[in-house]
Amino acid sequence: MTHQLNQDSARPTQLQEDKTEVVSGTSRRDFLSAAGALVVSVASGSLPTEAFAQAAGRAAAATGGAVGTTLATISAIKPALNAEELDSWVAIQADGSVVAYYGKVDLGQGLDVAIGQIVAEELDVSYRKVKIVMGNSATSLNQGGASSALGIQGGAKPLRNASAEARRILLNLASEKLNVPVANLSIFDGVISVKGNDAQKVSYAELIGGKYFNSKVEWNKRIGNPLDVKGVAKPKSQSEYKVVGLSLPRNDVAWKVYGTEGNIADVRVPGMLHARVIRTPVAGGLAEKVDESSIKHIKGARVVREKNFLAVVAEREWDAVKAAKELKVTWVASNKPFPEFEKLHEHIRQAPTRKRSEDIKNGDVASALKSAVKVVEAEYLWPFQSHASMGPASAVADVKADKITIWTGSQKPHYARDGVANLLKVPVETVEAIWVQGPGSYGRNDAGDAVLDAAMISKLVGQPVRVQGMRHDGTAWDPKAPASVHRARAAIDATGKVVAYDFTTRAFSRATIDSNESDPRDSLVGMELGLPPKGGITFGTPEESYAFDNKMLAWEVIPDLIASASPMRTSHMRDPVGLQIQFASEQFIDELAYATGEDPVAFRVKYAKAPRDIAVLKAAAEKSGWEPRGNAKRDRRGPILSGRGIAYAQRAGTIVAVVAEIEVNRKTGRIWGRKFTVAHDCGLIVNPQGLRYTIEGGLVQALSRTIFEEVQFAPDKVKSVDWNSYPILEINDTPEEIDIVLINRPEAPPTGAGEATCRVVPAAIANAFFDATGVRMRQAPLNPARVKSTLTSI
Amino acid sequence: MALTPFQVDGKPVQIDSDPQMPLLYALRDDLKLNNPKFGCGLAQCGACTVHIDGQAVRSCVMPVSAVKGKKVTTLAGLGTPEKPHPIQVAFLEEQVPQCGHCINGWVMTSAAFLKKNPKATDAEIKTALDGLKCRCGTHVSILRAIKRAQTLMA
Repeated sequence: MTHQLNQDSARPTQLQEDKTEVVSGTSRRDFLSAAGALVVSVASGSLPTEAFAQAAGRAAAATGGAVGTTLATISAIKPALNAEELDSWVAIQADGSVVAYYGKVDLGQGLDVAIGQIVAEELDVSYRKVKIVMGNSATSLNQGGASSALGIQGGAKPLRNASAEARRILLNLASEKLNVPVANLSIFDGVISVKGNDAQKVSYAELIGGKYFNSKVEWNKRIGNPLDVKGVAKPKSQSEYKVVGLSLPRNDVAWKVYGTEGNIADVRVPGMLHARVIRTPVAGGLAEKVDESSIKHIKGARVVREKNFLAVVAEREWDAVKAAKELKVTWVASNKPFPEFEKLHEHIRQAPTRKRSEDIKNGDVASALKSAVKVVEAEYLWPFQSHASMGPASAVADVKADKITIWTGSQKPHYARDGVANLLKVPVETVEAIWVQGPGSYGRNDAGDAVLDAAMISKLVGQPVRVQGMRHDGTAWDPKAPASVHRARAAIDATGKVVAYDFTTRAFSRATIDSNESDPRDSLVGMELGLPPKGGITFGTPEESYAFDNKMLAWEVIPDLIASASPMRTSHMRDPVGLQIQFASEQFIDELAYATGEDPVAFRVKYAKAPRDIAVLKAAAEKSGWEPRGNAKRDRRGPILSGRGIAYAQRAGTIVAVVAEIEVNRKTGRIWGRKFTVAHDCGLIVNPQGLRYTIEGGLVQALSRTIFEEVQFAPDKVKSVDWNSYPILEINDTPEEIDIVLINRPEAPPTGAGEATCRVVPAAIANAFFDATGVRMRQAPLNPARVKSTLTSI
Repeated sequence: MALTPFQVDGKPVQIDSDPQMPLLYALRDDLKLNNPKFGCGLAQCGACTVHIDGQAVRSCVMPVSAVKGKKVTTLAGLGTPEKPHPIQVAFLEEQVPQCGHCINGWVMTSAAFLKKNPKATDAEIKTALDGLKCRCGTHVSILRAIKRAQTLMA
């Protein structure tokens, strides 16, 4: 590489499984089973106490086992990467600093800082001594990559446990070295000393620096998001935290602002060719004829083709761009697979149901609706949306006979490795994925396809290849967030009580391709090579704690528009289906409040049953200065109308409420989200400042999706190909203020923060629009044209 | 093919290329510079912004032949960790970039603008930055940082 990227320079030593090592006269395998048996025998229910573990260790040592006799097992050679090896999680460097290996990735929200804080906390070292190495398949385990805002909620668990276990072992090592019981030792910043005699001390560096624990942890035998390990040691309780809870700055801001390091677009390897993949401009089209002579005049440019997969390569990037533009291809499509753009939601209503799922079914909704004094009904529409990442994806692949290296900005690099191995039919051990930060993916964007494309082309041309998309690849060809129709009905009795609630979504599946690229059937190149598409069928329902006597939350999924290699295939986009669903459900709750003459905040507080939900609702209302003002008609003259709206939701343990205060320009149709007040409860807060930035970014991105974003298409093609045909929020639309109330729950485990805020923004804006204008907008996006036509139609 | 001599971050360079090749490809592919990023190739996002003789320009649509004899400045030439530009200090202090792919455009555009309009109002700043894209939604931080930079530059 001619360019030095921000990677761990210390590559792991590749080792064969050590079969000869002997511990206390016992084979390593016996040692493992002895240790494993011990852990299993005490792990049901709660973790063993330190005292118990030490006693157990002494007992095991006495019978020839090895738990607790860690001195004997320290190794100068790093054991091979394996979830059961403590060394695969944490290492003490020769200088006493700590490296922790994290199998997820940070995308610019400071996740690595939070993980570093947790590791520092458990290991009793200062935060500045901790370095987090992320996402490389050779140095970290597959923890699922960036996924579902689980970076701390799930991803921190094995690192927390492993760090606690490393600390336990270090204490035992110090105990032997200083000949003092563990109970009489204390730790300060990686130095273990005897209580009451600070001069008697030994540092982590002296104990193990540059060497390896060579010790086991108990692995739950899962990979991806649920991967977890446990040691004998019990992690600290939150009351002991000193580093967790601090606002520490990010590690990646300086190099981004000074441009001292590159991102995925800047990876260059010697001898590489530049490639551009050429995909059909007509939906479902196949390349019937490719006129290779049409690019003969471009130096070094040539066509790479395998079945329906088509690309060009050249030594210079501009030549590859030109060749992709000038190559003459005759595309043939058998039909026009998309509905008319204006008839998208009618198509969703009419299409056959592939699957219906009733996720919540309490009581008898149908009977309650029949006998209701009043029935409220509404339907809400959400468009297809594009990740439209800031730069179209790029990737580099070097496919050699015995070894494949890929550089990817995919947020799931381990799965990218698996996908390349499966696509090229090679053992996964021969593929190394090097993760490099790319344009923010926020779900499965085009990065997963780019890396598999690069690997395929590299294999076909026998040289390293760099693929980068053009703008239309990032907008027209990325996996989309699904369009949907949401129908809600509720029954109100004579006292004004909601006695039945029925919320049903009809939509395209949220995952016609999986959220990761490990199966080539879920990739464009795989489908273009003729692999049969897998086609996931799933959606979701609102997440809240409203208690209605009779309640049904259901979803129905309709068939995809094109089965294979569709530019409208769907996959996860930040807070998958959360914006769609809650845009509808939290607007409908407002409609019910209006129908019963209740204040939108009071109505929610009345029906929400979870105490933390109620606290969040009240916090948002109070901080925003919310005063009930009833349904009385308001003065709505003047060119600018202002209004406020609230929405709340849960997301996988996190609870968030937002109050939007907006201005609507009657003449231009422009909605300005002027001020937002967010109340956010994600359990224990690890890094308050990082959390604030994460919430802010998620809110503004969701604001963009609510007001502007909609994939345009015609019956035969996607028409959103750039920022003019897929507009997003501009600087003029920036809120004047985002006021965030963080509710810290030290007693509750930390849950995700990357996605929850996104899902409440659309309804908060729509509810504020109703407050401002007296008119409901039940179709997103609430763009100027739609606002204008809504306001002139009344 | 034609030879185009110009300066990048104070150093003389010479590019032998199709004269219509956009400057961005000369900077990124020929000179191996990282900071001007490809975002759209259509002058719709600003990720490729450089200064040409002090003016903020979208290098993805500027033919390389048009910069003959001119002074091109990239983000790395604007300031360094040792000698930072106030805009960089402010963006760092406000922790602005998330993914960072757009940040070159915001820093380079606002640096050129504030040089000529150090006391610009909020509305003038927004007008000057209109058209730049950020997908991570860091706009609130960006505006905070520019206000901070104005104070630093005052």
